[in-house]
Amino acid sequence: MQAAGGVRLLALGCVLVLSAQLAESKNSEDIRCKCICPPYKEIEGQIYNQNVSLKDCNCLHVVEPMPVEGKDVEAYCLRCECKYEERSSGTIKGTIIIYLSVLGLLLLYMVYLTLLEPILKRRLFGHSQLIQNDDDVGDQQPFANAHDVLSRSRSRPNVLNKVEHAQQRWRRQVQEQRKSVFDRHVVLS
Amino acid sequence: MTKGLCYVEVMMENTGYCSESFTSLQSAASDEDMVEIAGATLDFSSTEDVPPLDRDFGSVGLENGINGVPKLMDLLDEPVPGVGTYEDFNTIDWVREKSKDRDRLREITNKSKESTWHLMKSINDAFSGWLLMLLVGLMSGALAGGIDISAHWMTDLKEGVCLRGFWFNHEHCCWSSNENTFQERDKCPDWKSWAELLIGYNDGPLAYIMNYLLYVCWALLFSFLAVSLVRAFAPYACGSGIPEIKTILSGFIIRGYLGKWTLMIKTITLVLAVSSGLSLGKEGPLVHVACCCGNILCHLFTKYRKNEAKRREVLSAAAAVGVSVAFGAPIGGVLFSLEEVSYYFPLKTLWRSFFAALVAAFTLRSINPFGNSRLVLFYVEFHSPWHLVELVPFVFLGIFGGIWGAFFIRANIAWCRRRKTTWLGHYPVLEVLVVTAVTAVLAFPNSYTRMSTSELISELFNDCGLLDSSQLCNYENITDIKLSGNTLPDRPAGHDVYTAMWQLSLALIFKMLITVVTFGMKVPSGLFIPSMAVGAIAGRLLGVGMEQLAYYNHDWVIFKGWCSPGADCITPGLYAMVGAAACLGGVTRMTVSLVVIMFELTGGLEYIVPLMAATMTSKWVADALGREGIYEAHIRLNGYPFLEHKEEFSHKTLAMDIMRPRRSDPPLSVITQDGMTVQEVEELIADTTYSGFPVVVSHESQRLVGFVLRRDVVISIDNARLRQEGIVSTSRVFFTEYTPPQPPNFPPSLKLRGIMDLSPFTVTDHTAMDIVVDIFRKLGLRQCLVTHNGRLLGIITKKDILKHMAQIANRDPDSIMFN
Repeated sequence: MQAAGGVRLLALGCVLVLSAQLAESKNSEDIRCKCICPPYKEIEGQIYNQNVSLKDCNCLHVVEPMPVEGKDVEAYCLRCECKYEERSSGTIKGTIIIYLSVLGLLLLYMVYLTLLEPILKRRLFGHSQLIQNDDDVGDQQPFANAHDVLSRSRSRPNVLNKVEHAQQRWRRQVQEQRKSVFDRHVVLS
Repeated sequence: MTKGLCYVEVMMENTGYCSESFTSLQSAASDEDMVEIAGATLDFSSTEDVPPLDRDFGSVGLENGINGVPKLMDLLDEPVPGVGTYEDFNTIDWVREKSKDRDRLREITNKSKESTWHLMKSINDAFSGWLLMLLVGLMSGALAGGIDISAHWMTDLKEGVCLRGFWFNHEHCCWSSNENTFQERDKCPDWKSWAELLIGYNDGPLAYIMNYLLYVCWALLFSFLAVSLVRAFAPYACGSGIPEIKTILSGFIIRGYLGKWTLMIKTITLVLAVSSGLSLGKEGPLVHVACCCGNILCHLFTKYRKNEAKRREVLSAAAAVGVSVAFGAPIGGVLFSLEEVSYYFPLKTLWRSFFAALVAAFTLRSINPFGNSRLVLFYVEFHSPWHLVELVPFVFLGIFGGIWGAFFIRANIAWCRRRKTTWLGHYPVLEVLVVTAVTAVLAFPNSYTRMSTSELISELFNDCGLLDSSQLCNYENITDIKLSGNTLPDRPAGHDVYTAMWQLSLALIFKMLITVVTFGMKVPSGLFIPSMAVGAIAGRLLGVGMEQLAYYNHDWVIFKGWCSPGADCITPGLYAMVGAAACLGGVTRMTVSLVVIMFELTGGLEYIVPLMAATMTSKWVADALGREGIYEAHIRLNGYPFLEHKEEFSHKTLAMDIMRPRRSDPPLSVITQDGMTVQEVEELIADTTYSGFPVVVSHESQRLVGFVLRRDVVISIDNARLRQEGIVSTSRVFFTEYTPPQPPNFPPSLKLRGIMDLSPFTVTDHTAMDIVVDIFRKLGLRQCLVTHNGRLLGIITKKDILKHMAQIANRDPDSIMFN
């Protein structure tokens, strides 16, 4: 469906835009220098984190307070390993929010398709048209439905009918796929 | 069946409903009817993977028609849209597609000399391939980055939540805090486990039970959402995808398999499936996602949209992109596409794949999902040397990998076959939930199975140095150690290491058994990471064993020369890497691509020899125990028409032994070039289910003129009845070049020469079958006519060949379902 493609492209666009934006504006919280210092004599191992830039990322700037003094500082610092890391918290936030919104929309749509639509259709069209439910059993029903839908669409070709027609076709495709994969185990065992 | 159905409905009916509806040239009865067009004006504006019977004549995309039709005739007939396309679950005609492309290119080149506009068009045509690769790389890289970030977050969601911002996972929540200690690297007050949130504290049995319970509940929720979404929106999104992509790349058509909805659902449910703690990976599904991107972006370019062979070039490159973003290994991805996935891989595709994989790697790096500008989680930085004597345990790991690979394939195929044929397959949702529950319940107590598999692998690959404090690295520090680089000498194992050893053994057994059941379920599942995990655990166990053996027995003759006390001789992390490569090679039977992927993962060029030794050993052992890799085994299980490149056809049969019709069958159904009426042709099509008919001069002479496809004949006749003046059931059908003028009372005749293939491939009846099979493989044929003394005798189709090969290998020939 076009809507699905549009949503996908929108999501993609958001991710790209966000990542582009945040490449420029570095949050000071998003950089760190992490120094890991192993146990030395009686001193236990420690980890030091500080938000300094790359040029200041060494043992002398980051390890505060220095647990040893004088001549031992050099020996202690030799064993420490300092690494500069950066991340983009905006990208993470954007991605998670986009993902959760797409997931939420899909879940809502699924609930609508499986639960609400039959109820709504029954109310709008009455019991005589109950046969038009796509999820009915029987091979003939979807075709009869489609023929009806298509002959109706010939008389009123407007956007809403086009959307409904496309949706009907999509649902038939999914139903066939479901039959092949889940019921008859023909494809994708 | 009611008449007056639209043609489309029957086309779609072909694909799904009756079990014999997968047409073959000589199969038994089916209930397809010949249809008439109901006259409804249908709007087929969506060009996505629906059988493209485009009725809007505005987009006339077809060129001159098929091979060899002189251009003069084309002024009289317009190409009928729909001719030249394929039905679902059928094989394409590679020769026709390639010659269509060559015609198109020739026309563009000829026209480009005329004007600047045409020159621009020809330059645009040449660049469109590269532009498409760029777009595929960008889109796949972006999607893979999004999948990685979301999967990391959701995996940690089972254990707790970050109060600073719910979108942070555990590692990022505690990223800039100063509460991290040397022992607990990820401790900070912002991260609260569920027990802390619900009851306030994190210690004691009640908190443990709360955490356990919530872990299992989250896992069940995620897997339930995954399987429901797959079931409701895109059933093609389940499984790994690589067997089907292999078949598609060899020429098969599965409509909807690489479509928009499949892409979206696969992306979303992959994250859910991985986060639910199931023993599966995301590499296979990422290949499927990348191929979907490739297929969708093909629709932007006419050159690729209309031509199935060109599209498969793009899909080969997209498969390379998939592996490249999964592992951060562009070169390994290209080799994987070459070795495992693609059927035809011309040199042009090599360049394009490399470019696309590179673009995807750049995109992924700029999104920076891991925060360290690394592309992949297993980046390993040690460079310790290894000794020749260690080749013995490496070869042993290779043997283990081969044995495990063969066992896994057999067990998995048996389980999948049971799922296909028995009651087990009727409850897919329930099956997923049960497997998730079992996995979660058994995985939580053991810390090595509770963490995500990627983290486990990276911990196992890691060599223990001074800076590590995990349970696995709890060696006893003997004396005050002098630093020489960051390498430590071999030390005796502390108490925690022994604990870790038996926990890892339990994890190994658990993973070996649960992966058999998990791969192939109705959620997206890959098996690279679980296989690597099994191998890594086995390798690490062996490595630690060797290390302790060398430490306590350094005066044995095998250790004496090179492993003196105080030296760093054995690196258990290397054993883990080699084990991972061996197990993955045993399952998938990859060789070169696996070695390249592994050393791109680790950056250690000095470890190529151990990796190669283990991979070759595992492939030999696995091939001795079972012929096929996991993907070929799944192709065989589903009955796809995949003609193996690697199988030898070693029996002395001739073409006339395989061809149809056999002696007891009715004679070959042919169409004569000028002797049939429209009604007779329609009856012939209605009475049979063959997907193509040879055209002969006459029934007596049986001299071959050409070959027509059923779909093209049906579309042309329907179109002619609708649009051409006076075509009725008694109109004569002509396949000749010049039609004789009709007497005045007769209805006008129907010329169908344009849809006929004038150069069908023929072999004589005494051709040896290995040559015939070679022709099929190399040219990508779908059917081949058999002649005797110049007269048409019979036909051989791909399905006949596959059935014959199955019979020879003592497999069930009826398992070949498709043509």
